[in-house]
Amino acid sequence: MRNVLIIWRKEMHSYFVSPVAYLLLAMFGFIFGFFFWVQLEGFVKYGAEMMQRGQSFPMNVNESLIRPLLANVRVTGLFFIPLITMRLFAEEKRSGTIELLTTSPIRDLEVILGKWFAAVTLYACILLLTALNFVFVFKYGQPDWKPLAIGYLGLLLQAGAMLAIGTFISSLTKNQIIAGAVTFAVCLLLWVFEWVTEFETSTWAQVLSYMSITTHAESFTKGLLSLKDAVYYVSAIFVGLFLTARSMESLRWRS
Amino acid sequence: MITVKELTKRYARNTAVDHISFNIEKGQIVGFLGPNGAGKTTTMRMLTCFMPPTAGSATIAGFDVLEEPMEVKKRIGYLPETPPVYPEMRTGEYLEFVGRLKGLSKADLSKRVDYVCERCSVADVRQKLISKLSKGYRQRIGLAQAIIHNPDVLILDEPTAGLDPKQINETRDLIKSLAGDHTIILSTHILPEVEQTCEQVIIINKGKVVATDSVHNLQNRARGIESVIVEVAGRNADLDAAEVQAQLEKVSGVIKVHFKEKRQTRSIFEVEGSNDRLIRGDLARAIVAAGWDLNELRSSAMSLEEIFLQLTGDHPATAAAKEEPAAKEPGK
Repeated sequence: MRNVLIIWRKEMHSYFVSPVAYLLLAMFGFIFGFFFWVQLEGFVKYGAEMMQRGQSFPMNVNESLIRPLLANVRVTGLFFIPLITMRLFAEEKRSGTIELLTTSPIRDLEVILGKWFAAVTLYACILLLTALNFVFVFKYGQPDWKPLAIGYLGLLLQAGAMLAIGTFISSLTKNQIIAGAVTFAVCLLLWVFEWVTEFETSTWAQVLSYMSITTHAESFTKGLLSLKDAVYYVSAIFVGLFLTARSMESLRWRS
Repeated sequence: MITVKELTKRYARNTAVDHISFNIEKGQIVGFLGPNGAGKTTTMRMLTCFMPPTAGSATIAGFDVLEEPMEVKKRIGYLPETPPVYPEMRTGEYLEFVGRLKGLSKADLSKRVDYVCERCSVADVRQKLISKLSKGYRQRIGLAQAIIHNPDVLILDEPTAGLDPKQINETRDLIKSLAGDHTIILSTHILPEVEQTCEQVIIINKGKVVATDSVHNLQNRARGIESVIVEVAGRNADLDAAEVQAQLEKVSGVIKVHFKEKRQTRSIFEVEGSNDRLIRGDLARAIVAAGWDLNELRSSAMSLEEIFLQLTGDHPATAAAKEEPAAKEPGK
């Protein structure tokens, strides 16, 4: 555990000492700010129209404002996650510092966990930044906080899974660009696998659909705590980290 | 301290390290010498548990690299060819990170960082970003991280590569000063480095050990048959080289005389004798007695460079001689 923390600290240090973390935070914050503004404007206008038509105003803030915003965060995350994970191992392999890690009295798994936790922490910081916007919603409306919290939990779990996949892909190459591009491609594929269910109902379509990240995101976004989907994310994290461990081991046999 | 038995590393197509064995005592500095691609780095990587051997075994301080890698890793300090530094860290931060990684306790950490900064003369750049430092500083930081946990064994892969002459000397002195506390293996393809820093040398070529001995013995041994360079000059007139050669061959103990070159009135010969001391005096007397001038008389001791080229077989001129030292590979 101590070793995991040492690696975590080092990774956090390199995220925050370089402009990487600030840049990601600023960009995400800006993009989410835009989403929030558009969504809120729309919500208010729509509400006013409803009132003019004589319908009772109280639309559900959770349903009409928070839920689409959370879905937006999910999609934006897809673009940011490769940027967070691409350097994790690729950089160490390119600069040779991987030799320091692998010849120190520390287990591969501790290195991997430390790095993955750091990536998750950075993403959590980004989520926290978006959560700041919701303070206004609580100030002027009465949304239910529970679906919001569950929505965020879902976002974090989903990011954890994609970050684990990104960590694995980063451990396969020395080249950060390749790591980032492949991670994006893989995550995007996992994202859209679900579309096959629109025209197919065969077994393989169901398997693909089960593998898809999108399939499991729905319930969390709606504010439902779904064990089945949580299991999917946790096992995706497990598979990603397990593959990373194998990849690190193979590095020793090959290099 | 380090025992290597029949260590082998095979890749898909080639054998990088082929059944090498050696033994290193505590506190020694051993030079690991070989041309590029001889298998030095591969051997070191196996000793540091970076990669496992295909066959054979290596133990460090009594721990096998395959069976107990964690124990081995605690006891080694390793400086790879390129210092494993993080450019975005400051020197002090980096050394603290490595110290923690190597398992130093909080109480020891700052003490050790102070110590290694002092020892490797990087104290003046402790607050500087590593990305802003010169190659020489990075190399010293690399050494500092290798000794931070006071390991029993130091494994240094080409520690002076890419440094300027002044930095090379400083680094060599630093490495020498570290011996005693640590057992050191350093790899290099620079021969004077071994002559200057190491006590013991292991020469490898194409994955095989071709010689293990002390630097002193190796020089002596490769000398084999002692040869002397003699420069003779005629007093007033030209010198008949053939006549001189005939005279020199008569001297007792002389096996062979090679005429090497003639410069104006001087002629240079290489005389092979069975015993150095006896023939030198007799040669001098014979030359003076014949009325010639003796301009120079020196032993043609082989430099380590020549020995190395002999042993690794890259020297066509000494092709015949190379069989001899390689054949009688000495014990440890």
